[in-house]
Amino acid sequence: MKASNAQWTEQLSGQMPEDLAREIEIFETELSLKRQGKIDERVFAETRLRRGAYGQRYDNGQRHDGKQVQEIAYPSGALTKGPSTLWDAPGMQRIKIPAGGLNARQLETLAELAEEYSDGIAHITTRQDVQLHYVHFDDTPALMRRLASAGITTREACGNSVRNVTACPYSGVCQDEAFDVTPYSHALAQFLLGHPDVQDFGRKFKPSFSGCAQHACGLARMHDLGLVAAERAENGERKRGFELYVGGGLGAVPHQAKLFDSFVAPEELLPLAQAIARVYARLGEKKNRNRARLKFLVQDLGIEKFRELVLEERKTLPHDPRWTEYVQAAEDSAEQPLHPGAPAPQAAPEPFARWLASNTRPQRQEGYRIVTVTLPLGDITANQLRSLADIVRRYTHETLRTTVEQNLVIRWVSGADLAGLYRDLEAAGLSAPGAGTIVDIVTCPGTDTCKLGISSSRGLAAELRQRLAESSFRIDESVQNLHVKISGCFNSCGQHHVADIGFYGVSRKMAGYAVPHFQLVLGGAWDNNADSYGLPVMAIPSKNVPDALSRLTERYVSARNPGETFRSFIQRFGKVEVKKLLEDLTRAPASGDRSFFRDWNDPREYSLGDMGTGECAGEVISPVEFGLVAAERQVFEAQLALEAGDAELAWQTAYRAMLQAAKSLLMTETAGVSSDPESIAAEFRTRFYDTKKFYDPFAGGKFAHYFFAAHRDAAAPHTLESARHLIEEAQLFIEASHGCYNRLGTLVSI
Amino acid sequence: MDLQHVNVKLIVDGSAPADLEPLIPVFHGWIQDRVCEELLLDVADYRHVPAGPGVILIGHEANYSVDNTDSRLGVRYNRKAPLDGTAQDRLEQAARAAILACQRLESDPRLGGKIRFGGREWEFFANDRLLTPNQDASRQALQPELGTFLRKLFADKPYSLRYNLDDPRRLFSARVETADRFTPEELLKNLLS
Repeated sequence: MKASNAQWTEQLSGQMPEDLAREIEIFETELSLKRQGKIDERVFAETRLRRGAYGQRYDNGQRHDGKQVQEIAYPSGALTKGPSTLWDAPGMQRIKIPAGGLNARQLETLAELAEEYSDGIAHITTRQDVQLHYVHFDDTPALMRRLASAGITTREACGNSVRNVTACPYSGVCQDEAFDVTPYSHALAQFLLGHPDVQDFGRKFKPSFSGCAQHACGLARMHDLGLVAAERAENGERKRGFELYVGGGLGAVPHQAKLFDSFVAPEELLPLAQAIARVYARLGEKKNRNRARLKFLVQDLGIEKFRELVLEERKTLPHDPRWTEYVQAAEDSAEQPLHPGAPAPQAAPEPFARWLASNTRPQRQEGYRIVTVTLPLGDITANQLRSLADIVRRYTHETLRTTVEQNLVIRWVSGADLAGLYRDLEAAGLSAPGAGTIVDIVTCPGTDTCKLGISSSRGLAAELRQRLAESSFRIDESVQNLHVKISGCFNSCGQHHVADIGFYGVSRKMAGYAVPHFQLVLGGAWDNNADSYGLPVMAIPSKNVPDALSRLTERYVSARNPGETFRSFIQRFGKVEVKKLLEDLTRAPASGDRSFFRDWNDPREYSLGDMGTGECAGEVISPVEFGLVAAERQVFEAQLALEAGDAELAWQTAYRAMLQAAKSLLMTETAGVSSDPESIAAEFRTRFYDTKKFYDPFAGGKFAHYFFAAHRDAAAPHTLESARHLIEEAQLFIEASHGCYNRLGTLVSI
Repeated sequence: MDLQHVNVKLIVDGSAPADLEPLIPVFHGWIQDRVCEELLLDVADYRHVPAGPGVILIGHEANYSVDNTDSRLGVRYNRKAPLDGTAQDRLEQAARAAILACQRLESDPRLGGKIRFGGREWEFFANDRLLTPNQDASRQALQPELGTFLRKLFADKPYSLRYNLDDPRRLFSARVETADRFTPEELLKNLLS
């Protein structure tokens, strides 16, 4: 697409690391072969994904424009870059940033690429990556060369591979850490990049490092491989090591990682990771993507058996000098400041004082502060990136870090430089206060660009951000530090499970129209490396979510006990009361306001294909809808049983909710549906699964499998953990039932 | 010098509207009604970013936006697909597209006349650093081309032209100002002459 694409190869010759240059050359050849039809569609898709070149919404060549589905007539016609993915359709380029570390030159390179290949914006993700959107596929080799010349790779940024190795952005300067995990995270990232033992996974594999156990900055316990820095005394000396966790992950049904080893020496870190990768590649699910993450393998085998297999595998590994050659350098590494330390200002005028309080924190090293640059929705412009490059050159040794809260962190800022730094950030439009507060909302791309998005998470986040920012001076202190996280669907890219208040996008029918909703998720924890996951409470129409948030936080302020956290308050207040509090917000306004049926910042009808004709005022409710509502009630009751500690009741209630949803759908096919579980499961399989009527456009039969597995396991004993998983699965099965019912378009025909 | 990927930005007259939200349905409408010669795809909303790209109508060959980069609000045409022809052809194509976009926005009742262009302040960019680096050599190479084009655009009325060569990291760009006001119709007519 860019006229200069071909010239970059020569221009950057000798400036790229050889291996990266070769890798991009291979990719470019594969593009040519695909154009010639010489590479299989699915193989090419994975090839593309492993270079971080991802699809975007509407890349199947169809888009609902608010009036009708329009075919998008791209110049390259039917040429594809993967199944149902047109060549010319704009895509997303994910760029791996190990441990979130960027230097000034890299910031400048990202600025150039955002301007020349994207829409002028670089987006920071919840895994410390950078994403560029609306990129033309033909531009990707030149874009990758320019990144490579700045020391950045996109290799294995997507696809069934080892994704970005994330790490606490405060590593090395944090007051609470055991030690700086940065060099270890870099060593692991380097070691696993392109390693032969990580090329045969059934799904992605996400590693993460944290410098301490108590904070959330690394989120180690929700990763496939989570490493938490630990120290212990050995022969009178402090010895470094890691608590090693495996099998964590969010996704549709979140799993807490299991402790594999409470102390792994640095010398064993890489070989153990390699052994884990080998076991995962050998035994992990390959055919059914929905059960292919490491978490399922760990769950199926049990942590003891998994550990045994990994340790056996470890013994068979041929020695690799890279396992240990970095260790001494890692121990010795220490980032240095540019300027001498000095105390931070004790008194400051507004708005500097407010920023100072919310966006800076003292480092372990006296006289220095960590500065957080808040980015609205994780977005930053090309000009701002260049300004930041100037800023980090002026005040530090030219580095900063991205964070999982979609912000940037500048470290080693002398207290004497804070006022100047603030002025520079202000000039660049980067001095917004409120880092880590309720205003600093995390969100995935949602329906803006993601193919899987159901509701507009960014639209909602922008709306909430605006409203909260306007009133932030008045917000009670207890509410200030709550975390709000939003995903556009159940896949958790916005990490809604680990928020104080989480939301994920779903759709519901109201008055004959599909209406964007968000499930409210409560009970999650951000602290302790995200050691507790929230559960969905109720679906709220998208346009009512701001009011729901206000009402919920206001009740917390008025009814909390002194010192009571939000999570404790929700436990005490109870989800039943939460539902009562917000119940009226689940209904459409009596005014018939049409904007209620649309998503945030999108004037199109949410889904014309789902619209009934003329029922808007009729409120015809079918038995199917009543049945689905009953299923939702049951899954909520299952949550209450779980909270009461009754695993068996929770599990069975969630299972009954699934039966209820399946039975409801069967009503669209046949009269007199049996209540016998065996009959329901068999009929559902015949009429909805075998016919693929229940298939989700993207997840296929995944949610039906949840139901069949629950039916199979109904007589087995159940634990709190398995009950918790089934509640999540039941909720998703019900969501899928809503979706199936919408697709069937049978609103008033029953 | 191969001038490609020309961007043209017409700065909004007077005080800018506080909220760009009404542009969102307008741009969606352009997709529905296929009002541009380019293949239009989607609308990207960056109103939350200070001094950012504002609201963008994403197209295949080009993007249209009401852009607030450098806190200067204007209608921007960003040519993405390479064009054949001469540098004059490419400048004209981009300018015409930007002027037509201004014309549509000025006349759209949903915007209530809040966006107005006097045709007096312009920015030109070359969005390709390899072909047109932000350095004096580019200025020397392109000055005659821009001069010829601007004389035509403004029908030989006087204008001032200023290059921003201070920061080599930025796109090659020029700011143009005229004392005279021009309506979109006049500008389009000038381009046809």
